[in-house]
Amino acid sequence: MPVVVKTFATPAEAAAALSSDRSARFIAGGTLVMRALNEGDVGISTIVRLEERALSQIRTMGARVIIGAGATLTQILRERDLAFLHAPARSIGGPAVRTMATVGGNLFAPSPYGDLTVALLALDATVSVMSGYGARDMALEEFLAGRDRAAGAIVLSVSCDRPPNPGSFRYRKVARVKPKGVSVLSIAASVPAVGGRVSGARIAYGAMAPTAIRAKAAERALEGRTLDEAGVAAAVAAAAEGTSPPTDAIASAWYRREVVGVHLRRLLLGRDG
Amino acid sequence: MPKTALQFRHNGREAAIFVDGGANLLTALREEVGDQSPKFGCGQGGCGACTVLIDGEPVLSCITLAENVAGKSIETADGLKNGPELHPLQTAFMENFAAQCGYCTPGMLMAAKALLNRNPAPTRVEVVEAISGNICRCTGYEPIINAILAAAARGSERRA
Repeated sequence: MPVVVKTFATPAEAAAALSSDRSARFIAGGTLVMRALNEGDVGISTIVRLEERALSQIRTMGARVIIGAGATLTQILRERDLAFLHAPARSIGGPAVRTMATVGGNLFAPSPYGDLTVALLALDATVSVMSGYGARDMALEEFLAGRDRAAGAIVLSVSCDRPPNPGSFRYRKVARVKPKGVSVLSIAASVPAVGGRVSGARIAYGAMAPTAIRAKAAERALEGRTLDEAGVAAAVAAAAEGTSPPTDAIASAWYRREVVGVHLRRLLLGRDG
Repeated sequence: MPKTALQFRHNGREAAIFVDGGANLLTALREEVGDQSPKFGCGQGGCGACTVLIDGEPVLSCITLAENVAGKSIETADGLKNGPELHPLQTAFMENFAAQCGYCTPGMLMAAKALLNRNPAPTRVEVVEAISGNICRCTGYEPIINAILAAAARGSERRA
């Protein structure tokens, strides 16, 4: 069914158009919204878009990187400063999906999708959001908690600090097909070490709850420990705590809970497979 | 509901069509431009049969908003041939038996073209990655991977 397409020059105008129409959806790369339209989602009567290349800049300021919400996964893969995000970006789709899919859109991808968001959550990213009340920054965790209730807001950018060294940030996606498939689950871990001991661990999961979530019990169990068999054992034992994984075509909730610890252990010990 | 006028380049020629609001590029190409080479597979961006290039970059036309391509250059499998002469990728697909039912072939060809545009001498792993968003239910992929590697090798012979 045809819909109305409205194009705006600024995020403020687009946000105003969104908040005045409950059946309006914001479209960026199209991988979520066009899919819904093709499936005949009659809940969408208007799609709101921004003029081209809006919000697609990637900037670095010292250790801080600011990624425009309209930046694509392909852009991330071509940016040397974002090497720490290359593994999660590459784990999503094929090249055509990555040409289209944006960082902002990934924040809205329903489980089991949204693997880049898992990485950003472990990196303690900040989301800049424009609504009818103006622009404001919020922690990604807070954004995700209110995501499905939020209406009339547009994500402008996502920012985070680059990991202090390559080994302190790790990511793995578990899928059933090679070279890649939809997530059974994905895990990102930021594990900076002081004197060989983990300090300020942040672990995030994808496909273990309706949105990407932090594994807070595992984080606490890892604090002050070393990244060896004995050091990670408590975190691995607590890996499934606080999760509410879905049962879907990829895996059952039971299976996801059973294997999350196995994969967390391999990630923390730096083992493949 | 009024239609929207849309102009873009299609395989090197100007195309001017009218599209419904929210129409996807695949429908626009097949029904308005008359280019039936990109295929409808899943309509969800999951199979790659509708892969085309926009300004040289691969996209899934079934989940591309048609209005997004205004003023851009679209390449499809239909534009690969040069008169009666096949594109080296098409020749390599024939010689390596890379098509069985053929439904995935236009998407495979365009995914391969996008790869070779940026990387004329890819490794096998890079070829696998390049077609990782394209599903083939006949060949088991090996003949397709071999065809793309063969086309790349022939290209580098020509350049040498």
